[in-house]
Amino acid sequence: MELHELSLRALHQGLQERRFSSVELTGALLARIARMNPTLNAFLTVTETEALAAAAAADARRAAGEDGLLLGIPVAHKDIFCTAGVRTTCGSKMLERFVSPYSATVVERLAAEGMVMLGKLNMDEFAMGSSNETSYFGAVRNPWHTGMVPGGSSGGSAAAVAAGLVPAATGTDTGGSIRQPAALCGVTGIKPTYGRVSRYGMIAFASSLDQGGPLARSAEDCALLLNVMAAHDPRDSTSHPAAASDFLRGLDRPLQGLRVGVPEEFFGAGLDPEVAAAVQAGIEELARQGASVQSVRLPNNPYAVSTYYVLAPAEASSNLARFDGVRYTHRTEVPKDLTDLYQRSRYEGFGAEVRRRILVGTYVLSAGYYDAYYRKAQQVRSLIREDFRRAFAEVDVIIGPTTPTPAFPLGAKNADPVAMYLADIYTIAVNLAGIPAMSLPCGFTRGGLPIGMQLMGDYFADDLLLNVAHRYQRETPWHTARPSFITGEA
Amino acid sequence: MGWEVVIGLEVHAQLNTATKIFCGCSTTFGAEPNSHTCPVCLAMPGALPVLNEAAVDKAIALGLAIGAELNRQSVFARKNYFYPDLPKGYQISQYELPVVGKGTLTISLTDGTEKVVGVTRAHLEEDAGKSLHEAFVDQSGIDLNRAGTPLLEIVSEPDMRSPAEAVAYLKKLHALVRYLDICDGNMQEGSFRCDANVSLRRPGAPLGTRAEIKNLNSFRFLEKALEYEIARQRDILERGGCIVQETRLYDAGRGETRSMRSKEEANDYRYFPDPDLLPLVLDPARIARVRGTLPELPDIKRARFMRQYALPAYDAGVLTMSRVLADYYEQVAVGVDSKLAANWVMGELLGALNKAGIEIETCPVSAEKLRLLVQRIEDQTISGKIAKEIFEDLFHSGGEVDAIIEKRGLRQITDTGAIAALVDGIVAAHPQQVADFRAGKDKLLGFFVGQVMKASKGKANPDQVNTILLERLRKE
Repeated sequence: MELHELSLRALHQGLQERRFSSVELTGALLARIARMNPTLNAFLTVTETEALAAAAAADARRAAGEDGLLLGIPVAHKDIFCTAGVRTTCGSKMLERFVSPYSATVVERLAAEGMVMLGKLNMDEFAMGSSNETSYFGAVRNPWHTGMVPGGSSGGSAAAVAAGLVPAATGTDTGGSIRQPAALCGVTGIKPTYGRVSRYGMIAFASSLDQGGPLARSAEDCALLLNVMAAHDPRDSTSHPAAASDFLRGLDRPLQGLRVGVPEEFFGAGLDPEVAAAVQAGIEELARQGASVQSVRLPNNPYAVSTYYVLAPAEASSNLARFDGVRYTHRTEVPKDLTDLYQRSRYEGFGAEVRRRILVGTYVLSAGYYDAYYRKAQQVRSLIREDFRRAFAEVDVIIGPTTPTPAFPLGAKNADPVAMYLADIYTIAVNLAGIPAMSLPCGFTRGGLPIGMQLMGDYFADDLLLNVAHRYQRETPWHTARPSFITGEA
Repeated sequence: MGWEVVIGLEVHAQLNTATKIFCGCSTTFGAEPNSHTCPVCLAMPGALPVLNEAAVDKAIALGLAIGAELNRQSVFARKNYFYPDLPKGYQISQYELPVVGKGTLTISLTDGTEKVVGVTRAHLEEDAGKSLHEAFVDQSGIDLNRAGTPLLEIVSEPDMRSPAEAVAYLKKLHALVRYLDICDGNMQEGSFRCDANVSLRRPGAPLGTRAEIKNLNSFRFLEKALEYEIARQRDILERGGCIVQETRLYDAGRGETRSMRSKEEANDYRYFPDPDLLPLVLDPARIARVRGTLPELPDIKRARFMRQYALPAYDAGVLTMSRVLADYYEQVAVGVDSKLAANWVMGELLGALNKAGIEIETCPVSAEKLRLLVQRIEDQTISGKIAKEIFEDLFHSGGEVDAIIEKRGLRQITDTGAIAALVDGIVAAHPQQVADFRAGKDKLLGFFVGQVMKASKGKANPDQVNTILLERLRKE
């Protein structure tokens, strides 16, 4: 296998056995990025010089006797994580020239392990989108078929990992933004329990829903990254005191006795039959390994999308107020007065989808509408949480499709925001509840597009999800398939 | 039929924590612009707030001191509005659930009665930065050093019925926050400022439409602004007009209030719970711990002063206005007459401080020196008049009481022979006045006392001078 196809485990072994150095590995991937990124547009910034310097430093640490599992291994960050000295755009014109004075906790932690940052990854603007088409810097293309979207908002992360530009990447998930692109690009991604991964330095979209996590080519690789990413952070008040854990420890536990729940609500109208069949086959594989399968109800799941599109825009309308043209953002030319400065800077700096959500969020928080929208949505959120609580009294994991369809063509849903929002119909309830969930490849369509299966667990059952996914991946080939780079339009 | 004035105050007390409420930056006043800032208080993308627990303890202290309900769970909320010195585009405050609930503050009125004023709530919030319009041409500067400074907003019930009551309430609260050491009370620097809500109504009628006067930063401005605003509203109402609900600013230069914005122009702040902060939970052990650190509160101290030092209510009230002053008095009163000590602290000391424009905290005369000075009056080493001269010296040039007395030869003359010699000299020098006195002009006694005191350079014991003078003058 070539360097760009190796898992994190294999890369560590190669570095350990001195079969290649971090500088060689980094150089090989930088060359691959230079060759393929013009087509994929997954990287917004490639930090070649810094990466080679970091790789040399990692090689020196290894030569000095260190042997960290991630030491010298390349990684890339979704451009939502602040990186000191390297611009952080969040996919927006608003932050086109923003260079953060500080690094996100996640970035710091991975760097401290000696991981080599190759650059920053494309994303939907301010993580608002499900196709990566809202990025100010242009859409990302799906490595399996370049006429298709990679999903979003962590589309650059999923596409880069799928295309072998980087072995693992960070992403964030507010309503499915790790899992949906992971499914559409055929990679493995986990949205940890809310509070596992520090949000400090991760540009906020909807603070009560946002959660960072890894995307990689296997559950084991995700576990390796999560071992470092998950930690209590005193700089994030919502970080959980027991956030840290060893996610590798239970990875190999057999699935005998595992109780799997299958929610009827996830297999109704709108679900692509090929996706349904692949996920069913995935569930059967788990049954074959000794899991018991039963039906569960999540009766409030149908309200998840509407609830989300009240709460997330409400928080976003406030979170994005700091981008006001006064300090580090885009500023309009020659403003007439203060109001003009605000209005034009924000109109010019934000794209249409971001403006739409700010307007919706402002509306639902306004005097006279708050009770009807925001407060009501919070009540429904409690009911959704309650659904999961009841379900997890009966089962250990809940399994369903990650997305209703495989990757769709670029431009297909741009005219219809609601159709786009429905791409996250199975992923959003998880964020509203704050529970962990992951997506892993479970098959392909006849057209050669990857299909994702979603595992959902109770609070802090992240390790169980990784365990189930790992056992599944030991017996199935889906996660090892490499993209075909079908070109042309859909 | 007259008008009843209804006043409620919203006081912003800057809590004197070492660091800001949601980050570790210093709260020191007067630093180089934007030098006390970090990603959190600059509202850099991705930065998150972490609550300063010291600010919470100070809010608890205030709550306990006004006998308020402390909410076991309170919630931080975002108050959303755009302004350049508000870097996040929202202020973190508390809205539906404040940390401190209903309490009371008792004020003393000039007629000697007391009145209980209700406190509706007190909540924690962060201050904004400052816009600087003077230093730049066609531009404004933004200084975010103050952004994130902890504030406790203390909201009263509309219980006050006159500007005097409002001032009494504000003074009482001002003294209280300084007692509790939760706020430095510096009104010039804006550490303690208030907004006043005022309306008029016919007695017994429902509340009238109110105007809010913003940012009053002295007791005098509060009084003047209220007086102006009451006259303005009375004038409108008596001409049959209506009061517009609005926010007004007090222009101290012109002594008037003027409209800033009407209710229609008011912001819709779109409050909602801040998802970056967990609800603030107060456990009973924490409340008990703060209770254990509370100092003796002003009302209790005042009662004790009246009892322990046999002081009139007025004196006890003045001396307990601040904890430092009360402590000072108690040090002066050790082993000397407590009323004489009170007179000296309230008279000479406060007068000199006031004249020099300095606070008791930085008083140049230590309590021990003043105590010794009072003691020297009591033991007749010096007269009260000489003591005042020595006090002036101590205040302006420093030094030690006894050393000044010795060096300048100010020790009181109590030797009867010496005083008699002086008296005899004066009597001999003024035969006409002696004759007049003996003829019945009693008033001339003052003249003779004055002459003797002058001859002694003020050092003769006045009682002895009196006695000996009368003895000599009445002798035929």
